[in-house]
Amino acid sequence: MATPVMDKVEAESAASPYITVTFRVRRFNPEVSAEAVWEDFQLEIDPKERVLDGLHKIKWDLDGTLTFRRSCAHGICGSDAMRINGKNRLACKTLIKDINPEKPITVEPIKGLTVLKDLVVDMEPFFQAYRDVMPFLITKDTNEPTRERLQSAEDRERFDDTTKCILCAACTSSCPVFWNDGQYFGPAAIVNAHRFIFDSRDEAGEQRLEILNDKDGVWRCRTTFNCTDACPRGIEVTKAIAEVKKALITRRF
Amino acid sequence: MSNNTVTTDKTAGIGPVEGESLYNVDNPAPYIEAPRKRTKKTPKSTRGNFEMAAWLFMRLSGIVLVVLVIGHLLIQLVLDGGVSKIGFAFVAGRWASPFWQVWDLLMLWLAMLHGANGLRTVINDYAERANTRLWLKGLLYTATVFTILLGTLVIFTFDPNIR
Repeated sequence: MATPVMDKVEAESAASPYITVTFRVRRFNPEVSAEAVWEDFQLEIDPKERVLDGLHKIKWDLDGTLTFRRSCAHGICGSDAMRINGKNRLACKTLIKDINPEKPITVEPIKGLTVLKDLVVDMEPFFQAYRDVMPFLITKDTNEPTRERLQSAEDRERFDDTTKCILCAACTSSCPVFWNDGQYFGPAAIVNAHRFIFDSRDEAGEQRLEILNDKDGVWRCRTTFNCTDACPRGIEVTKAIAEVKKALITRRF
Repeated sequence: MSNNTVTTDKTAGIGPVEGESLYNVDNPAPYIEAPRKRTKKTPKSTRGNFEMAAWLFMRLSGIVLVVLVIGHLLIQLVLDGGVSKIGFAFVAGRWASPFWQVWDLLMLWLAMLHGANGLRTVINDYAERANTRLWLKGLLYTATVFTILLGTLVIFTFDPNIR
């Protein structure tokens, strides 16, 4: 008598795409406590959904005080870089099924930047380093948009990889040298300098190289490849840094 | 209005759809200074090319050290009877030749500077307070200079007839 009922329940659970996942989120609220604590949330979620959807479920249904950044939710704006299961990723590009939902999924803010609340960090030092490398076209005679600046396909290809950066800070906040004192320019700033240094239309490459020759510039890179592993856009970050180093050495000798 | 030539001469940039421009000759757009512009107040950020030289030195000395150290280990520990042959006489015999003197001197200097530079970067990466860095680096440089000077002195003043 019990058997058919059991069968039905089992069949239903097999058909349902939902599984129960534990989200272990690093919570910090300076108005409540100076300490950051782990908080567990259990939720029903389709494993084909993303970590960001899980965070939305928590914020919308379980605990509205959970704070995190996200804008486009499709891997372009670079707002929702966070440390998921100990690795820097974009929450909107990480599927639940890809990160072992059997175990609790840990979600932390990215490291090396001051945490403001929960998963939100102060990005100002990151953007200061970005501004420092002058990430805009500079030409000697005129910067006015008077004419089209032509470039061959090969010249465009030279820096194609580094144009893909979305400034999510996943690379910079995965860099152990940046974690120390935050004075290192960081991979993201170097990538964006690389984008202009190797642009045939730009004429301030020398200035940018000089900025990156600083004691907190490219020479602090330890080639650990954390940045290349972390980049959600698949930019070969460490290679770009190495190319800047090479340019610095070969321009003199 | 006051200057008719300006309002009619808007060939570039802002079209009529966007309405009057906020700026004209008398009221120009605010000038945005380039970030991190080097002024008198900016601290002198680079110490020449020291970091680049240090980085290059690590690579080049590393290559030379591979040859020197592996050769040294082979001679001292493997070839011709191995470690058991080493004694005062063996060292005295080797240092009688300028070739081995130069070999050992080069190895001493390169290994010490290579190691010291490596530790310098480790201190830079791991010591978080300026004071800790200062003390650790002071200790490191003192030890390095002491070892290099002592070793150099021994290589050049070695006396095989010492009693």
